Amino acid sequence: MTVEAVSETPAPVPAREVLGGVRGLKKHFPIHQGVFRRQVGAVKAIDGVDFDIFRGETLGLVGESGSGKSTTGRTILQLEKATAGSVTFEGTELTTLSTEKMRKLRPRMQMVFQDPHASLNPRMTVGSIIAEPLREHGVATGDERRQRVEELLSLVGLEAKHANRYPHEFSGGQRQRIGIARAIALNPDFIVCDEPIAALDVSIQAQVVNLLEDLQDVLGLTYLFISHDLSMVRHIADRVAVMYLGKIMELAPQEEMYAKPKHPYTQALLSAVPVPDPDVEENRRRVILEGDIPSPANPPSGCVFSTRCPMVQEKCRVDVPAFRELEPGHWVACHFAE
Amino acid sequence: MTTPVLEVNDLKTRFHTQDGVVHAVNGVSFKLNRGEFLGVVGESGSGKSVTMMSLLRLIPMPPGVIESGTAIFDGSDLLSMDIEDLRSVRGGRIGFIFQDPLTSLNPVLTIGFQIEEALRIHTSIPEKERPKKAQELLELVGIPAAKQRLRNYPHELSGGMRQRVMIAMSLACSPQVIIADEPTTALDVTIQAQIIEIVRDLREQLGTAVIWITHDLGVIAGLADRVIVMYGGQIVEEAPVRPLYKTPLHPYTEGLLGSVPRVDQKGSKLVNIKGQPPNLYQEPESCSFAPRCPYAFDRCRQENPPLIERSPGRRVACFWDLERNTEYDPGNRARLEVVEGDG
Repeated sequence: MTVEAVSETPAPVPAREVLGGVRGLKKHFPIHQGVFRRQVGAVKAIDGVDFDIFRGETLGLVGESGSGKSTTGRTILQLEKATAGSVTFEGTELTTLSTEKMRKLRPRMQMVFQDPHASLNPRMTVGSIIAEPLREHGVATGDERRQRVEELLSLVGLEAKHANRYPHEFSGGQRQRIGIARAIALNPDFIVCDEPIAALDVSIQAQVVNLLEDLQDVLGLTYLFISHDLSMVRHIADRVAVMYLGKIMELAPQEEMYAKPKHPYTQALLSAVPVPDPDVEENRRRVILEGDIPSPANPPSGCVFSTRCPMVQEKCRVDVPAFRELEPGHWVACHFAE
Repeated sequence: MTTPVLEVNDLKTRFHTQDGVVHAVNGVSFKLNRGEFLGVVGESGSGKSVTMMSLLRLIPMPPGVIESGTAIFDGSDLLSMDIEDLRSVRGGRIGFIFQDPLTSLNPVLTIGFQIEEALRIHTSIPEKERPKKAQELLELVGIPAAKQRLRNYPHELSGGMRQRVMIAMSLACSPQVIIADEPTTALDVTIQAQIIEIVRDLREQLGTAVIWITHDLGVIAGLADRVIVMYGGQIVEEAPVRPLYKTPLHPYTEGLLGSVPRVDQKGSKLVNIKGQPPNLYQEPESCSFAPRCPYAFDRCRQENPPLIERSPGRRVACFWDLERNTEYDPGNRARLEVVEGDG
């Protein structure tokens, strides 16, 4: 993806309102070495990413470890400062916003973290954890606040009496519910869910995903759902973006992505996911990728996927493929996809 | 029928902790046939790992105690044999592959040294030929430039490569059984596909029996001959692979299959298995799934259902269809949806 290519805007599907988006987003983490801590390179966690998020949708962001999907979520929420590019939310540019103005916007955009053990303060009661955003932003006080906490607890399937307990008294799934209650406390429009079910048991994953879906219906939420679980993303997402080494390889509506993947990486990725059905597994043709993901500190020239691509051509090692819209709403970064 | 290479009977493992006794494994019995691929499925705390670790007495004792049971391997009982004899079984005739290769490989020794160590202890291959054998093993698991890799330390390899080294090590002494404990859980999906492909090839080549422990019903669907489903330290269902996925008999298996989305089709709402996994501090006196089971009736809350053979190779621990004499009907799955609700 070249810088020129980023100016092209993914065409919004008619009658859908753009809530926010990123253009040419980059996040490079510097590598320092030597006595003088000189910068000798950079880990290119995100290296030029463009997409829009429509109001009320779930955009799935999938990729393997090191693909930059979590950093993308964090950079959108300004938890990481972008190296280059823009992040907009309802038309407001976030990357240049002052801290004070950003703080005013924060209630509108929240995050659910992966690890429900690390993201809840063990010394705070569940009630005060959920009330903290209300307190920070001066939303409700006294009885009103207590009522709101009870309301939030019941929204996420917990009971009012749980407010006085501490996080360690809860199981992983219940803790994730507490994290979700905190995220929705301020009535946000947009929630970044960063691998919200990765740390949970299979039967508990379904509970949490069903809860997220129910809350979306009731509260009209927009999700950026970051996950490495392609089956779950198929289940929950309206559109899906596939990341590899800091770039988006393909972006398409969910059905199209899973039925007709156009990028060789997406094809390989989808074929690698095991299906819980022996008959299907027996007849499946797998594309087995050779080797490992290269280091984001030293990505391959040309197309970042060229070192593992089963259909690689000479051109791929030299030219960076543009992120092209092949069909309405279906974007691919590959020279040869059609 | 084929002769079992491993036969486990009434295995009970407990952990005596400060907070009380954890009933990790509560009377597990199963057989493993020669050359068979057995999948063991369960969530965390289901006892799947502890069961297999107990067989080789690899659990920390204390606090762990193997309270009862026998594990007949090749005519002798692993649980009562002399610890010296057991050492020759561990890593020799029974190989073990762990989830995290970085903690199971020694960080200060080269890959080559560690593979040769296994050959030195368990085989009679002369010292001079060991490097060549080690190289062959690495080639067998598809590691490129195997000769150079032998001089590498574990940290110099990627996660997928390390897991290949673990597989190579477990194969070093041509074991009769390999126990693999979530070997692909820590890996990315494209790397997992590589490992599954290798294991599939090796199985056909070597004919080793494999016990593959996993929480992912997808991973073993294309690998296993037979599957055991564990819950609360007990086997709740055991079946050949196809019937288990097509017509699960235990409500837990049924719920588990309904709660995972599939990448090859867009399904409707996921089945909610309400509630939380069982409390292992109590000895199971009733069905441990009963509090979460949509079909549970009085008897389920009073007695622990025994694992009963329903048809050849098919065992289920559930009163529901026994009591009602109901044939399984896949359309019945809808009943689970009725009791949706959060736990």
